Amino acid sequence: MSEKQEILRQGDDSFVTTRVDSVVNWGRKYSFFLYPFVTACCGMEFMSVAGPRYDLDRFGAALPRFSPRQADLLMVVGTISHRQAPILKKVYDQMAEPKWVVAFGACTCSGGPYNNYSTVQGIDTIVPVDIYIPGCPPRPEAVLDGLMKLQDKVQGSPGWSRPRHQETADLDLPIIEKPVA
Amino acid sequence: MSDLLQAIEEKLGDAVEDSHAYRGDDTILVSHDRVLEVMQTLKDDSSFRFNMLIDLTAVDYLGRDPRFEVVYHLGSVEVEARGSEPSSLRHRLRVKSGVAEVPCEIDSVTSIWPAANWMEREVFDFYGIRFKGHDDMRRILLYEEFQGHPLRKDYPKERRQPLIGPRN
Repeated sequence: MSEKQEILRQGDDSFVTTRVDSVVNWGRKYSFFLYPFVTACCGMEFMSVAGPRYDLDRFGAALPRFSPRQADLLMVVGTISHRQAPILKKVYDQMAEPKWVVAFGACTCSGGPYNNYSTVQGIDTIVPVDIYIPGCPPRPEAVLDGLMKLQDKVQGSPGWSRPRHQETADLDLPIIEKPVA
Repeated sequence: MSDLLQAIEEKLGDAVEDSHAYRGDDTILVSHDRVLEVMQTLKDDSSFRFNMLIDLTAVDYLGRDPRFEVVYHLGSVEVEARGSEPSSLRHRLRVKSGVAEVPCEIDSVTSIWPAANWMEREVFDFYGIRFKGHDDMRRILLYEEFQGHPLRKDYPKERRQPLIGPRN
């Protein structure tokens, strides 16, 4: 019997072993502090899913932080216009690592019904997106499904201390140099 | 023809190119180079007293000459009681004026109704019609890097702008 096995045998059930990746990501996925970037009608559905009937709190994502510096999940909820785009980008840049982005609703995924001069054709042209939740607006069940998929993604993400900008550095996102708001 | 249109044609004569009345709404068509004098008369003359510019907008008739039409909606509303004399005549009028594609400009009416300021900027923003005499002729709703005037009929619906992706 190896030394390691001997320690495990003597310890019995008084400790568990794991990898630091797993335990850190496990903690993160059940304690999202979300920043609701709510601009449009999807906001009503967001309130519904955050309320007691559907209850985001079951997934540990109940606490909205209205400062991007205290949040790690950017929920973009509603149509993003060109005038909003630099604000969204700034909010994203202000969030500390690690951070994730959810595109909530058809408008944030692709521009939705608005293919015109004023609407951003999907927020993934501005910030990197982790989970897309389609629907106009999405059902609360769809949002919960998206949130669980994000939890799976967080649990499976390798290198828990790796800054996110290394993952997204090669994305070709236009840089808005000048605030237009 | 309504009493108002009759009075206008007597007073303004050949400045009025055309007029019609439809279900109580009177409209006159004015040449673009006489807008300012017509508007001044409509505001000051005691038989009109249009003291309120209700709306100012434009229409793009692509393929027609003149291509654009600036539309003014005027109203005469009670401002304050002045003894026995009513300060308003409680009527309203639509004034239209054609604007060519080149030069795409018309006189500003901000000197007559200050309320025209933002509305003229909005028309400039979306149609590219410049208002001569306006002291702050720049975009109001869109941003200055925006290219083109999106409510023109020949603005492509799917055109993308340089600052916001995706790139064309």
